[in-house]
Amino acid sequence: MLKVENIQVVYGDSMLVLKGPSLEVPEEGIVALLGANGAGKSTLIKAISGLLASEQGKIISGTVLFRGDNITGMAADDVVRRGIFHVIEGRRVFQELTVEENLAAGGYTRKDRAGFRSDLEFIYDFFPRLAERRRQSAGYLSGGEQQMLAIGRGLMARPQLLLLDEPSLGLAPLLVQEIFSLIRRINTERKTAILLVEQNAAIALSIADHAYVLENGAIAMSGKPEELNASGEVREFYLGISEHGERRGYKAMKEEMRSAFPAHRA
Amino acid sequence: MDFTFLMQLLINGLVVGSIYALVATGFVIIFKSSSALNLAQGEFLMVGAYICLYLVLQHKVPFIAAFVITMLFSALLGIVIERTTLRPLLGSPVISVIMATLGLASVLRALLQIFFGVDTIPFPEIFPPEPVHIGPVPVSIGYLYSLCCVAVLLTALTAFFKYTKSGLAMRATASSRQTALSMGISVKKVFAMSWCIAAMVSAIGGILLGAIRGGVDMSLANMGLKVLPVVILGGMDSIAGAVLGGLIIGLLENLCGGYLDPLVGGGVKEVVPYIALVLILMVRPSGLLGSRRIERM
Ligand SMILES: Nc1ncnc2c1ncn2[C@@H]1O[C@H](COP(=O)(O)OP(=O)(O)OP(=O)(O)O)[C@@H](O)[C@H]1O
Ligand SMILES: [Mg+2]
Repeated sequence: MLKVENIQVVYGDSMLVLKGPSLEVPEEGIVALLGANGAGKSTLIKAISGLLASEQGKIISGTVLFRGDNITGMAADDVVRRGIFHVIEGRRVFQELTVEENLAAGGYTRKDRAGFRSDLEFIYDFFPRLAERRRQSAGYLSGGEQQMLAIGRGLMARPQLLLLDEPSLGLAPLLVQEIFSLIRRINTERKTAILLVEQNAAIALSIADHAYVLENGAIAMSGKPEELNASGEVREFYLGISEHGERRGYKAMKEEMRSAFPAHRA
Repeated sequence: MDFTFLMQLLINGLVVGSIYALVATGFVIIFKSSSALNLAQGEFLMVGAYICLYLVLQHKVPFIAAFVITMLFSALLGIVIERTTLRPLLGSPVISVIMATLGLASVLRALLQIFFGVDTIPFPEIFPPEPVHIGPVPVSIGYLYSLCCVAVLLTALTAFFKYTKSGLAMRATASSRQTALSMGISVKKVFAMSWCIAAMVSAIGGILLGAIRGGVDMSLANMGLKVLPVVILGGMDSIAGAVLGGLIIGLLENLCGGYLDPLVGGGVKEVVPYIALVLILMVRPSGLLGSRRIERM
């Protein structure tokens, strides 16, 4: 469905940030893109969605193909019209607009009114907190609520390919689980393909069909989640599991918290 | 008699203030969408007044038709200017954009002088000259038309921003350009639309002002500068603020002009907008209704 081939991106005129990574998202697939801070993950999906242009970024070589069409360097609004929606990193809601207006902006390119209404209801059903605040300025939502809104806005566009940049950023663990179950649901129910950038590698690998690790602007590793799970490097750097097999994931953290603060046991 | 004088000053202030409000709104719309100050706003106003006048005088077009044609012309002018002068500067520093609008102002002014000369051209009487009496106060019909016209326009604009898809796109772009892009909103279209609207509302302001004053000349462009304190007073990025600021300054000017100027020998009317501006900015640095970005505690 989406094919990125040897793409090179510079910011300004000189700084080479992407050094020719290639990547593929199959129809109806969920692909995870992992990597350390500054590896170039956000840059890679901005290169796909056309948002690079607004940041003085430029694709200097390589191609982006979507369903066989060359969309390399295409303007962002045309990319959205083709069915690719990019949920930008860091809950960028329109602060002055109400929750509902934010969602409406997400559905800006849509023509079908009925589908628009039913998607709105779907999002309010899934995030009742947004429904309660639908007439409120989005700027006054909590961080987590803003993230729900940013994701909801992406669903309003009914894209064929959803690019998610760190959807779990700053969310409580329970909400992270919910968001990921939503992503999975969108994928199976609507056949939406998903390219997922995540710091939380454990949970990203748990829903992905395929994963890539980006290091310093190049693909360092790629494979099925099980293969990456088995790789020592990924275990150590991205999953927080040391070679001694001691798990320091979310479960272990929770156990620690419980024994340290027994009073918190409800 | 004294009461009548006061009422006349208030009505004058309201009418002039409402035109300020209209022109200031055009200014704010451009500022919100592209963070640029349009220093050619006064020239837009003049273009509107001259074109309408030209159609009525030279081609004997009925006023209403001339008004509509002027609107269409202004809309086109806004789009052409955005395309030719502003779009090439997309992404360059705001100061370059402001300088470009300054250059644009000179060009428009020169063109108008070439076509229409520098003498005041009298505006034909389009409103009946006899005033209506509201209680004991005589009010010219042109004033009433002007007030109604501005009120209708501002309401329509508000509804446009609140309830239409294009209005939503414009507000989203004002809030965050990059995020708006990611929604599939064409920011270029939004810019073009804001220049188009700004040129149209200014042209209407110019026509109304010309009709009220009874004549059109180059001094109309001073409105562009006069509206600057209005916009800053209102808070740069608030349409409601622009309206409020326009009315306040219109009223202040007329009251001071009526009561203080005879005492001190004139001049108060001209400076009072700036005095009000400084005083209000001391108390509210972001203007009357300007946005302080939402800060969550
Ligand atoms: N607009 C920009 N101009 C210049 N350099 C940039 C710009 N955006 C990103 N960079 C640089 O490009 C590199 C990759 O940035 P990018 O945002 O793609 O990283 P990332 O993998 O998404 O990191 P994180 O996990 O922290 O979000 C970084 O070194 C960053 O400093
Ligand atoms: Mg990033």
